[in-house]
Amino acid sequence: MQNPYLPYPVRIDSIITETEDRNLKTFRFVFLNPDDEKKFAYQSGQFAELSVTGKGEIPIGIASSPTEKGFVTFTVNKVGLVSSYLHSMKVGDIMGIRGPMGHPYPWDVLKGKNVVIIGGGFAFTTLRSSIIYMLHPENRSKFKDIHVIYGARTPGMLLYKNELAAWEKRDDIRMNITVDGTKDPDWKYNVGFVPTITEKKAPNADKDTYSIICGPPIMIKFTQPVLDKLGYAHDHIIMSLENRMKCGIGMCGRCNVGKDFVCKDGPVFTLSQLETMPQEY
Amino acid sequence: MSNYTDKIREISERLLKEGRVDMVIGFKQGTMPMMNEPCFVKKPEDVSKLVWDSHCGINLANYLTDRKEKIGVIAKGCDSRNIVTHIIENKIKREQLVIIGVPCKGMIDRRKIASMSDAEILSVAEQNGKVIVKTKDAEKRYERTDLLQKNCALCVHRNPVIYDELAADLVEEQKNVDRYADIREIEAMPPDEKWHLFDDLFSACIRCYACRNACPLCYCPTCFVDESRPQWVGKSTDPIDTKTFHFLRAYHCAGRCTDCGACERACPVGINMRLLTRKLEKDCFESFGWEAGLSLDQRPPLDVYKTNDPEDFIK
Amino acid sequence: MKVIKIDKKDWAGGLDKASSGYRFFGPVEDKECHNFKELDKGELPDFNFSNTRLSAKSVVFPQTEAMFEYSLDENEADHHLMKECRKNDAPRAVLGIRPCDASAFLLVKRNFDNPEYRDPWWVKAYESTTFAGLACNNPCASCFCTSAGCGPFDEKGLDVLLVDAGDHFLAKVVTEKGRKMLAAAGWNAETDADIEALKKDAESKISSFVPTDKLKDKTTMELYNAAFWEEAAFACLNCGTCTYSCPTCWCFDIQDESKGKSGIRMRNWDSCMYPLFTLHGSGHNPRGTKIHRVRQRFMHKLKYYVDKYGDGIQCVGCGRCIRLCPVNIDIRKICEKMNSYEPKAGDCNR
Repeated sequence: MQNPYLPYPVRIDSIITETEDRNLKTFRFVFLNPDDEKKFAYQSGQFAELSVTGKGEIPIGIASSPTEKGFVTFTVNKVGLVSSYLHSMKVGDIMGIRGPMGHPYPWDVLKGKNVVIIGGGFAFTTLRSSIIYMLHPENRSKFKDIHVIYGARTPGMLLYKNELAAWEKRDDIRMNITVDGTKDPDWKYNVGFVPTITEKKAPNADKDTYSIICGPPIMIKFTQPVLDKLGYAHDHIIMSLENRMKCGIGMCGRCNVGKDFVCKDGPVFTLSQLETMPQEY
Repeated sequence: MSNYTDKIREISERLLKEGRVDMVIGFKQGTMPMMNEPCFVKKPEDVSKLVWDSHCGINLANYLTDRKEKIGVIAKGCDSRNIVTHIIENKIKREQLVIIGVPCKGMIDRRKIASMSDAEILSVAEQNGKVIVKTKDAEKRYERTDLLQKNCALCVHRNPVIYDELAADLVEEQKNVDRYADIREIEAMPPDEKWHLFDDLFSACIRCYACRNACPLCYCPTCFVDESRPQWVGKSTDPIDTKTFHFLRAYHCAGRCTDCGACERACPVGINMRLLTRKLEKDCFESFGWEAGLSLDQRPPLDVYKTNDPEDFIK
Repeated sequence: MKVIKIDKKDWAGGLDKASSGYRFFGPVEDKECHNFKELDKGELPDFNFSNTRLSAKSVVFPQTEAMFEYSLDENEADHHLMKECRKNDAPRAVLGIRPCDASAFLLVKRNFDNPEYRDPWWVKAYESTTFAGLACNNPCASCFCTSAGCGPFDEKGLDVLLVDAGDHFLAKVVTEKGRKMLAAAGWNAETDADIEALKKDAESKISSFVPTDKLKDKTTMELYNAAFWEEAAFACLNCGTCTYSCPTCWCFDIQDESKGKSGIRMRNWDSCMYPLFTLHGSGHNPRGTKIHRVRQRFMHKLKYYVDKYGDGIQCVGCGRCIRLCPVNIDIRKICEKMNSYEPKAGDCNR
């Protein structure tokens, strides 16, 4: 019997500090047993439990794309016991990852469609995975237009800055990077909150256009009416929920929203699904 | 005490009608023998829900914490002392409250009654100072005074210490009560015997925290046992962690505990954790002449400094 | 199915005989109540109880259970690698479990043993256990098992049903596992004694009934937003008594504990009554109020579970939560409210 609680052992391969407040770091892990990488076959939108011996586990969205081989990456915000300790760990340290968990974004549904990615703050991780996945030469033709609206408080709080700059230069993805405010005179992108930029830049809705939206609750709260205004049907608005988790496999009981578990039945839900569920997230 | 019910309803109805309170917090008839359920009443026409009898042992001060409404609250002697403590500790404002005092003759010990019978207790009623206990095949009568909760038998503050209305005439306080005979016995034990006693006392604990949550003093937003950064106490049923929880919780209640008995009453496995709180109560009395919750003008001894505080413990 | 007669004078001898092949668990009186524990060699279960204070779930799902162990010592080759803790999976038998508690395992099994994942510790412990249940000749006034898809003589969670018939037990063989245990004890006196009459008599003593028929047809959000939750939750202390005493509550927490250079990862029972259960790292709590948490407990048992598995409520009617709740919150009353709920304009508690 495969033990679903047993993490795959990994080594920290690199650590990048992403943001100017130093609260977000991207960890790249390499599996100690190469076979485990195959067992960890995942799709964009899924998450995993990062396991730190002596501290515990935290559920984190997978930031790498299945098209990137040889490693997996996670961008971790420093908030609690495990994430704080993780931030103090070094390259070469041994820990574990358990997963992949949950449902990915609905890639079969998104095939042949326009995809509008709307992200805010540090919730851009699985969106980064999705963009890398869709832009991969083998996959780009499977999707129509790709729009990205991504905002952070300041330029220094944006994740994956080098990749954002590279995507800006491409013509097969429409980037709309924005910050709430900046004193940087050389800032060449948008200034304004994500809902405002969405209203200006997001394409109008049609049956072939889906939006994936991830961000802090306040961003989601104000972006949703904008998408309504633009005519997005609620089953075309895809969201990813977060709740406190422990087991990650629907057994420990805490992350449920109504009868569904965020870990096992989610974390990806459409807005129309969420409208039939208690708002316990 | 059954005539208390009529008076409580009458007062509650008046307070609600006059708009002096938004709600009255009291008890409604329970579904199990010897159990009543704390409840609120917001409309004058609903006051008939309120009841009072010898099974109102839960401390209603616990339901006042951080509430914003104007509240009529029914208070026995111990409840009233915890209300005083709540007011001193800024968990509720005196102006928000209309305290409906209940001079108390003690609550009945449901555990004791259950333990006296092999058969399931189907009902417990009272008549002229007698308690009538019915099981499927038998009906027995006991003296009420023989069935009091342990804390009630030792109580020396049966009358509310603070009130705006009274549900009955004040009762005579018990005199010459030796509150700490059992505590002195433990104090006299050699260390290994004490160790064994506490091991045994808490061995059945399932860490459900009913004692803590029934306690009006335990209102911390995050209890030390729930704190994860740093984590002070392990979360398993390890006996050391379990005892740490009980010992520390008792210390947090030192000089504040009124021995209302809610903790022991709430415990699903019958642990007498009052042995700890009463030891600290005894120490506070002996060291500072202090009894908790008797006056709005004085803070508990452990959160004030006085130049004449005893310091014999400094060696 | 076969019924075996066990003379009570042969009880201790049979158990002794079978003890080489089984670890026995049974109810034992300690302090003010009976609870299940592993029986020492020669120790007999005490059947003089109506039901145990806590359920028998801990036999399969202990309140604290070590999952993995590890070394934090970098000088050791396998440092920071999780190793499964060794468990004693030798066959065990639970003697005197009530039918309600035994059938609870079937409800819980859906959580721990499903098509996607199997919880190795729960599954192994469950599969290695033989349930020799004791029929309830005298159900309590707060038992409502017959309303919860169970009953005082219910067999579905059992391998053997023991019926106390005075100077002897009648043992109804329910499964092959049960037959083996009886054989191991050397009890083989087949009888044509009928337990149906005893069963009818016991069922007729159940005095508490709870309607559950309409729960499945209610809309989740309408029940969720019903106005009665404020009143239902008011008295609740948010202690874990109901969940810890419940045979069908399975929620748990996972914790690491290390001391010096070694540590364990373990799981402990957890409770939806605790605010910490759902608290986010950010400080946000999706079930931040008492109303949220009380509603979660009852909605889970009486609506979410009903919808998820389409086979009734997540409750066996043992009545423990009613008897033990310090403030007398009564699942029977809440269930009635939910079952008969019709939304009124203006109800909103979201």
